[in-house]
Amino acid sequence: MAKTALIVDDSTSMRQMVGFTLKGAGFTVLEGGNGQEALAKLASAPGGKVDLIITDLNMPVMDGLTFIKEARTKAGLRFTPILMLTTESGDGRKAEGKAAGATGWIVKPFHPEQLLKVIEKVLPA
Amino acid sequence: MNLDMTMFHQAFFEEAGDLLADLEGLLLRLEEDPGDLELLNTIFRCAHSIKGGSATFGFTDIAHFTHGLETLLDKVRNGEIKIDRSLSQVLFESLDQMKALLSVARGESASAPDSSALSARIEAAILGQPAIVAAQPTLPKQKAAEEEGWGVWSLAHTYRLYFAPGPDILRQGGDPLLLLGQLGKVSDILSIVCDDSRLPALADMDPEACYLSWEVELRSDKTSEEILEIFEFVADDSEIRLEVTSETRSPAAAAPAAPMEAAPPAAEPVAEVPAAEPTPAMAPPAALPVEAAAKAAPPAEAQTLRVATDKVDKLINLVGELVINQSMLNEVVQDFSMAKLPRLIEAVAEMERASRELQERVMAVRMLPIKHAFGRFPRLVRDLAATVGKKIELKTSGEDTELDKGMIESIADPLTHLVRNSIDHGLETPEERRAAGKPEQGTVSLHALHEGGSIAVEVSDDGRGLSRERILKKAIERGWVTENDTPSDETLYNFIFMPGFSTAPAVTDLSGRGVGMDIVKQGVQALGGSITLTSTPGVGTTFRIRLPLTMAILEGLSLTVGNETYILPLTSIVESIQPAAGDVRKIAGRTEIALVRGEVLPVVRLYQVFGSSPKVTDPTQGLLVIVENDNHKVALLVDELIGQSQVVIKSLETNYRKVRGIAGATIMGDGRVALILDVPGLVRDTLSESAALAAAA
Repeated sequence: MAKTALIVDDSTSMRQMVGFTLKGAGFTVLEGGNGQEALAKLASAPGGKVDLIITDLNMPVMDGLTFIKEARTKAGLRFTPILMLTTESGDGRKAEGKAAGATGWIVKPFHPEQLLKVIEKVLPA
Repeated sequence: MNLDMTMFHQAFFEEAGDLLADLEGLLLRLEEDPGDLELLNTIFRCAHSIKGGSATFGFTDIAHFTHGLETLLDKVRNGEIKIDRSLSQVLFESLDQMKALLSVARGESASAPDSSALSARIEAAILGQPAIVAAQPTLPKQKAAEEEGWGVWSLAHTYRLYFAPGPDILRQGGDPLLLLGQLGKVSDILSIVCDDSRLPALADMDPEACYLSWEVELRSDKTSEEILEIFEFVADDSEIRLEVTSETRSPAAAAPAAPMEAAPPAAEPVAEVPAAEPTPAMAPPAALPVEAAAKAAPPAEAQTLRVATDKVDKLINLVGELVINQSMLNEVVQDFSMAKLPRLIEAVAEMERASRELQERVMAVRMLPIKHAFGRFPRLVRDLAATVGKKIELKTSGEDTELDKGMIESIADPLTHLVRNSIDHGLETPEERRAAGKPEQGTVSLHALHEGGSIAVEVSDDGRGLSRERILKKAIERGWVTENDTPSDETLYNFIFMPGFSTAPAVTDLSGRGVGMDIVKQGVQALGGSITLTSTPGVGTTFRIRLPLTMAILEGLSLTVGNETYILPLTSIVESIQPAAGDVRKIAGRTEIALVRGEVLPVVRLYQVFGSSPKVTDPTQGLLVIVENDNHKVALLVDELIGQSQVVIKSLETNYRKVRGIAGATIMGDGRVALILDVPGLVRDTLSESAALAAAA
């Protein structure tokens, strides 16, 4: 049973890079260009569930923090690992993200293999 | 294993240089606020890091000297010694000594002043503590380690780990079991015990909270950092303790060298990239006078550039976008049909946006905040104020304004000169200020701001302002004006930029020295900039320098002669006029001159210089653009002016060869090449021709 991951980022190239990496690791990939789109994608996913969410923080329409808070209110997503992409290694953003319900973070720029390593930390194989 | 330590020297020099620069600012703040413990701790850490680094990399002179200083600072921060004026002076002198020693280590200067007297004062300040003499307890150990080569760790540790996740770990999508599983991947788990004592009664239990904790015994050859990395995401909210319970060292391994204490992390993460010597893409827009030949930046400065990581991040993002654009384009043109036209247009537009942004960002990589140039001034002002017996406050603003690294290095000297000038000539003594009803303390302000594609730096003082009559007297003496002239303020003030002008009644230690504002002006012009000043008697003087952000981009005025487009650097243009009939005439049938408001200017017909066929040969039909270099003006005859634009300068010399009258070239939007005129060259050639003609006449 393949796992499903949702990638939320306003940068097409970023979504492609992350998507490519995850597909290579056997994931089925859904994409959203901002928090709003991502919530719509989640609503239409089977059972409203995915196994992993990777989201950028700075996005138009609905930013990452709001999206994380929203996602955590959905029954199927209460314990889903959510990774946020940050450019600053500043702890301020990390703390905000954690408070919103994020599981972990990865600092941009990163290599695909770094991403996979981080996913190992939050998602049982 | 022998590690060549010299490969780290460059990094150590940069780091130590940064630390010393920080230290200077910190010491200045300490004078304001001697009781600030946080400040004292930071100062101690600076000295400590410099000592550690210099000892590690074999710069024993620095390590030796800094050791005493570190001891002293340690006592100060522990409250055993109070900071007073004389101690503060010792600290400042120590800073200078460390700078001198570092400069010797870098190979920039042959020798440093002898440290022994200063070291003795430091010892004295440590107040009867047993003097720390040459044998530095840390050094022999370091040395031994270096000789043996660095010990190689090959250890297996037994650890005990206590892990109590925060109650919200599950709500954040975390999973303690997964983490313990990860632990099993990097170690052999010897035993694991779960503690469920915190579980409440079923009725009180929150099923989503985590009440459990674990104690794990494990053996691993990983360091504790590597093990703790597993818990990176939960570390803030969990209680995690990891202790080494035993370690078995493989007997072959040498003693590990005392690790160098890492310097305190820089305020912003930086990536080091090699930077080419800043070579302006063209000869600077004005000839460099020999005396002011820009001092070459020390080689160490020129080779690397510290770039804030976020700038690099953005570049990486943009390059990624370009690559994707590229594949989009490929895909569109693979089997192109008109149906795909909208997508093609979209892809091209996207590419255009990304490449334009990339160009801007790449330029920005060489840009640094101007605070790097302002940094030297607090100390300079402090020392000068003491020398001239004036009370001075230095204010800086706009320190984060960015400009090209090369510019920052080149602008430091002119700025220093202006600041010295303000302190020496601009500000009055405390008595004078009191008499004038001003506060005793004068102010010198440095202010930087962006103005379109350039940066402006203002050096102002609230002093006495320029003296009209003294400048006029000097100008009449020098024969620049006659007794009967009443030049405007602006004209008059600009005389202070003339060579050989100095109103200082006596040559002082500060700015007299026979080097005047003319050198400042030439230095600024050499950077493609301009300098102006405003002054109000009794209120103060403001010098304003305008500079292009980078040597690689020029603010220019494009004009046409025949079918060719030329670019004139904006900074060299005075005005452009359409002469009336009779304003342009030949003298002695040879030299052509134009009369512009009573001034006689030589006329240069550009089409004759470049051998092109112009649309206009009658000056009254075309335009005269008056350009200035080094206080000499000439009038250039052109067909018409097109407009102002920023152009990227390409060197003609490296791509073709040097051409008389041309400073460089640029590529315009339509792909055509436009040549950038060499104003200093044109002015020089014209003057020497006129002189030759006059001599022959």
